[in-house]
Amino acid sequence: MRKVAIYGKGGIGKSTTTQNTVAGLAEMGRKVMVVGCDPKADSTRLLLGGLAQKSVLDTLREEGEDVELDDIRKPGYGNTWCVESGGPEPGVGCAGRGIITSINMLESLGAYEASEGLDYAFYDVLGDVVCGGFAMPIRDGKAEEIYIVCSGEMMAMYAANNICKGIMKFAQSGRVRLGGLICNSRNVDNEKEMIVELAKKIGTQMIYFVPRHNDVQRAEINRKTVIEWNPEVSQADEYRGLAKAIDQNTNFVIPRPLEMEELEKLLMDYGLMEA
Amino acid sequence: MLLRHTPKEISERKALMINPAKTCQPIGAMYAALGIHGCLPHSHGSQGCCAYHRSTLTRHYKEPISAATSSFTEGSSVFGGQANLLQAINTIFTVYDPEIIAIHTTCLSETIGDDLPQILKKSKDEANTPEGKMVIGAPTPSYVGSHVTGFSNMVKAMADMAVPATKKNGKVNVIPGWVEPCDMEEIKRLAAMVGVDITLFPDTSGVLNGPLSGEYTMFPKGGTTVAELQGCGAAIGTLALGEWCSADAARLLDTKHKVPCRVLDMPFGLKATDRFIDALRTVGGTSVPEEISDERGQLVDMISDMHQYFYHKKVALVGDPDQLIAMTEFLVSIDMCPIHIVTGTPGKKFEKRIKEITKDVPFPVNVKAWGDMFLLHQWIKNEPVDLLIGNTYCKYIARDEDLPLVRWGFPILDRQGHQYFPTVGYKGGLRILEKILSALLDRTDRDAPEEKFELVF
Repeated sequence: MRKVAIYGKGGIGKSTTTQNTVAGLAEMGRKVMVVGCDPKADSTRLLLGGLAQKSVLDTLREEGEDVELDDIRKPGYGNTWCVESGGPEPGVGCAGRGIITSINMLESLGAYEASEGLDYAFYDVLGDVVCGGFAMPIRDGKAEEIYIVCSGEMMAMYAANNICKGIMKFAQSGRVRLGGLICNSRNVDNEKEMIVELAKKIGTQMIYFVPRHNDVQRAEINRKTVIEWNPEVSQADEYRGLAKAIDQNTNFVIPRPLEMEELEKLLMDYGLMEA
Repeated sequence: MLLRHTPKEISERKALMINPAKTCQPIGAMYAALGIHGCLPHSHGSQGCCAYHRSTLTRHYKEPISAATSSFTEGSSVFGGQANLLQAINTIFTVYDPEIIAIHTTCLSETIGDDLPQILKKSKDEANTPEGKMVIGAPTPSYVGSHVTGFSNMVKAMADMAVPATKKNGKVNVIPGWVEPCDMEEIKRLAAMVGVDITLFPDTSGVLNGPLSGEYTMFPKGGTTVAELQGCGAAIGTLALGEWCSADAARLLDTKHKVPCRVLDMPFGLKATDRFIDALRTVGGTSVPEEISDERGQLVDMISDMHQYFYHKKVALVGDPDQLIAMTEFLVSIDMCPIHIVTGTPGKKFEKRIKEITKDVPFPVNVKAWGDMFLLHQWIKNEPVDLLIGNTYCKYIARDEDLPLVRWGFPILDRQGHQYFPTVGYKGGLRILEKILSALLDRTDRDAPEEKFELVF
């Protein structure tokens, strides 16, 4: 089983990209489990056709520690398993501890056992790795490949670089590796070239360039992934392409994050300074 | 040789503490809370914290310590402990019916950011607290400071109960700091003799040194009452004994209710007791009665009678800052030489103060705040002493280095008497000297060759 974590700046489209890609993988016949690690619990909405999921932590709170696997995972589009870690309401408790708790619980309940026949486990993680809890998915023995969703916007690239610092720290003591940058286009000038260059400097690849298309929003309004909503549209093929690229990926590296000046220079060289 | 691994050579340590000379903040908070009449301390955290803190206090005071806990589960640490605490307050008032609940936090609830004032306000707004009952709270994360910090934080929360006063009531607040129940009783006795009407808080006398009557009462008769604490703002002054234990509370009363405060040393030994009695006399506008002068005279008498046995004896000390400052001053005043002094509680002021007090000691003096017993032991190996004064944990060092030990401080887990025989005041000074002399002279007797085995000292 391949364990994949998706990171990236908040609002960059991690959840959307993850679910659309997972739909692509599912279409290819892969068995996938998606674990949402965001307290908002909206990482599996498109696969489930709405916010129908009771989170691991809600279940824990209501049922006590006597929880069964079927209480916390639901079947979604394409025979996927969907899990939401969940978390406290904003401003109280400890969301980081929540992620630790729910991933530990999934493990102890055997969600990752070989008998489950999973090809992939995807972790969809909150934007910033603000504390140890949010780094849980990349601790040793958890996710082994990371993809960072970014765009050609300054802050997205800055966040991607920052996440690489986190990955580097864990990669030095464990098996976690960076699999590449996914460019979720914002129609910035020279975006593709810039991300290719950023990826090269970090020591990885731009694994796929997802063009911007309103069909993504149309599918979202219908609470569906693009592939489920309309398998014929061009955007569906893009996500199929991304799924295939990830499925065939063999390029796994320990990233070399850039210094701030280097990052700024990159933006200058490609002729813009949007921030 | 249980501490045989302790090397003589001292190397610099940055991150490691060995045999700490301190413990958790909530232990102090719990002890202070027990000095309120009809109070049930409550630990906002996991069960293990509460169990440890209760058992440590029980082992020292040899009394049952009742305290409640929020009993955090995995869920509470993720979602916050508000629901548990609200339920706990409700249950405690329903089942145990205390006058007041004194809540302290733990490392866990502090780290996840539980907002105690907000939860307490919610409890009040939702009428979770019955009419006429009180709930107070103090933040006590153990990764900050020490048990002394926790004590001080809870005493401050007690001072915060004071209600605005329109006219003075003529009383004087005395904040005794972390002393034994019998010491608190002694302070009250002295104040009564000087003729000053005091509010002592916290007051654990009659709570943690109570009689065995054959009947269990959840809330013993001792302790400062809620009404007395609420009246603190009407006092004519506050005497805070100990900068670390008591000053914060006194300053709070000063800023909030304009009750002028003086921060004194704890009244251990001759000089510190002199200053305390003098401060009492001044603030109360009374004069010192002959009985107190006589008690003082007795202490001076003992000092002069036995001076030759004290003279230039080297002493190692470990304990809490306020106690050590007064004790060091006392030892220096009788020509003993405290040369190694360690507290586990942080505070640069401590080192500075001890250096001032010991500046005329004719030997080099080692002092460390935020230190540990391992360092103290190493110092002793390098410069041996005649006497060790500290808590029960010192017995390991005393045994390995074959030193006489006077047990004094917190915790004392293996001997008795500390709850009943005060060491504050002049009488307490006598008690300290008695213990020091017994330890030193027992050692002289033990080691004396036959021809030097003396009948009379």
